[in-house]
Amino acid sequence: MSHTIIKKSLLSMAITGAIAVSSFAQAELVIGVAGPHTGAYAAFGEQLWRGAAKAAEDINAAGGVNGEMIKVVKADDACEPKQAVSIANRLVDSDGAVAVVGHFCSSSTIPASEIYADAGVLMVTPASTNPTVTDRGLENVFRVCGRDDQQGDVAASYIVGELGAQRVAILHDKDTYGKGLADATKRTLNSYGVEEVLYEGLTRGEKDFNAVITKIRSVDADVVYFGGLHSEAGPLVRQLREQGSTAIFISGDGIVSDEFVSVAGSPEYVDGVLMTFGADPTAYAAGKTVVEGFRTSGYEPEGYTLYSYTAMQVIVEALKNNDLDPIKGAEWLKSNSVSTAMGVKDFDSKGDLEVSDYVMYKWDNKGKYAQID
Amino acid sequence: MDIVLQQLVNGLTLGSVYGLIAIGYTMVYGIIGMINFAHGDVYMVSAYITAIVVALLSYFGIESFPIIIVGTLFVTIAITGAYGWAIEQIAYRPLRNSSRLAALISAIGMSLILQNYVQISQGARQQGIPNLLSGAIRIDIGDGFVQLTYMKLLILLVAFVSMGVLTYIIQKTKLGRMCRATQQDPKMASILGINTDRIISIVFVIGASMAAVAGVLITIDYGAFDFYVGFIIGIKAFTAAVLGGIGSLPGAMLGGLILGISESLFAGLISSDYKDVFSFSLLVIILIFRPSGLLGKPEVEKV
Repeated sequence: MSHTIIKKSLLSMAITGAIAVSSFAQAELVIGVAGPHTGAYAAFGEQLWRGAAKAAEDINAAGGVNGEMIKVVKADDACEPKQAVSIANRLVDSDGAVAVVGHFCSSSTIPASEIYADAGVLMVTPASTNPTVTDRGLENVFRVCGRDDQQGDVAASYIVGELGAQRVAILHDKDTYGKGLADATKRTLNSYGVEEVLYEGLTRGEKDFNAVITKIRSVDADVVYFGGLHSEAGPLVRQLREQGSTAIFISGDGIVSDEFVSVAGSPEYVDGVLMTFGADPTAYAAGKTVVEGFRTSGYEPEGYTLYSYTAMQVIVEALKNNDLDPIKGAEWLKSNSVSTAMGVKDFDSKGDLEVSDYVMYKWDNKGKYAQID
Repeated sequence: MDIVLQQLVNGLTLGSVYGLIAIGYTMVYGIIGMINFAHGDVYMVSAYITAIVVALLSYFGIESFPIIIVGTLFVTIAITGAYGWAIEQIAYRPLRNSSRLAALISAIGMSLILQNYVQISQGARQQGIPNLLSGAIRIDIGDGFVQLTYMKLLILLVAFVSMGVLTYIIQKTKLGRMCRATQQDPKMASILGINTDRIISIVFVIGASMAAVAGVLITIDYGAFDFYVGFIIGIKAFTAAVLGGIGSLPGAMLGGLILGISESLFAGLISSDYKDVFSFSLLVIILIFRPSGLLGKPEVEKV
């Protein structure tokens, strides 16, 4: 145990060191990009960073925000709530950020958003889908993705309607996001009159799931629903197949990364895996040039990249129209539409999107995913 | 029935891996009376070396699985052994005569250095290696079946062979006799002409090699790893070592198997939510009723 404590204190020492260096920026508009830039979920942090940095670059090239240039600051929470709080403090106190794109993990977003609320900093998360993120009624919190209750609804109706499955096993990773998603799915399934045959949590960071897979076999499940991220979903689906189970594997937007395939071992294991995610963001007309821009710079905007780009655009629109005042900007967002790379976005009084667009995707034997139906 | 058998198979393979890693904890404790907290990270390092060797072999066009596995085992054991040796030189030897607390802290520091060094040099992302050996033995029992992949079979085989070889070395060879003598009484052993410093180094190398065997097998089997994999499995293996009686070689193997099997049965038959709670409760119960572990000898105050 002392192991982790020492690790934390070393980290905060390193962060304290960084403060001294980074407190120079003044004339620019500082916007933080917070997410898991290191750690097991760094793939998502990279999506967030690429999206936000590209958006800032494009906006600066077009003259900035009311004449001021955006400076993006990378802030790494490693998907750990404690670290999220400490970097949120850093962004607010020493970097002087007026707004933040992030965080990724709901368990980080929730505690960090309270620090941003106290400091009057606008926060737009591209990816945190847990309902609690906006349900607490903080005035500065917005998201450009949907909510887990909506995502769970889509998954559950697909399981019942399209697959006609009666024996559903539900697993989650005990994290805010994973368990929230699993619970949402379970609730809707139950409302359709389907009782799950198994409901269990597994440990994040572990790689051996054979015991729980044998249990799934013992309850004879047709469908396995997993609430969690790709780093556990990969080994899970591989071991499921290796133990000879043919149950359909469904998960949420936590697996939308190429790494899901590499972590599973080979594309053959992810073949047929279903996933809920927002309707293909690369297909929006407004986003065509943005997507082209990413591709010419040699980066395929997978997963949450465009969401992050959009989050930056939302922030900039709010600041632009309110003399760079983040709190006035937050108020303004609740009654005005913003036109973004992913179409026109309207927010409700809580900061959620008026319209969410979850659909079902399927992975194929080449290790790619595509929207179905 | 088939489900219980399948859980036994799961537990046995998991347990044999715990046992392999537990050997490193138990031998180091046996010889210098300290827990090597960097041992889990030595396992993690071996996972990375495994992936690099596998990638190199495929770069040179070597496709045959037996060559890959044997080659990877040899190279990984050699390099990981060198890590074990270096850890002893850097983190333990200079502190040989200071308080136990100092060495404990330097071991924790070593663990952090290894994690961060791998994270910086190899990236923080999850890494994966492709499936090298597919196929499984399937035994039908009534309505159900028990499935044992070839890879799991190989894990069992290699783990038990390594444990057997190690037991032979410790019990029958001259090197083993020197190890046991150093463990019993380092001062006396050194008076009798045993280079105890060298023996301590060798013990660290042996521990690291066993972790490397586990690292190769597990990495090839699961395919996924990151810079943090050493932590959980290290704590589990440590639990196994204490369960079996820390300092005792057969104890580490037995502890590993018991922990692996009981964990699988618990997760499979009761709840996987509380699997880790169960493992550590087992540890607490053992410590209350049999503080020296299952096969450990109670410490006798030497007068």
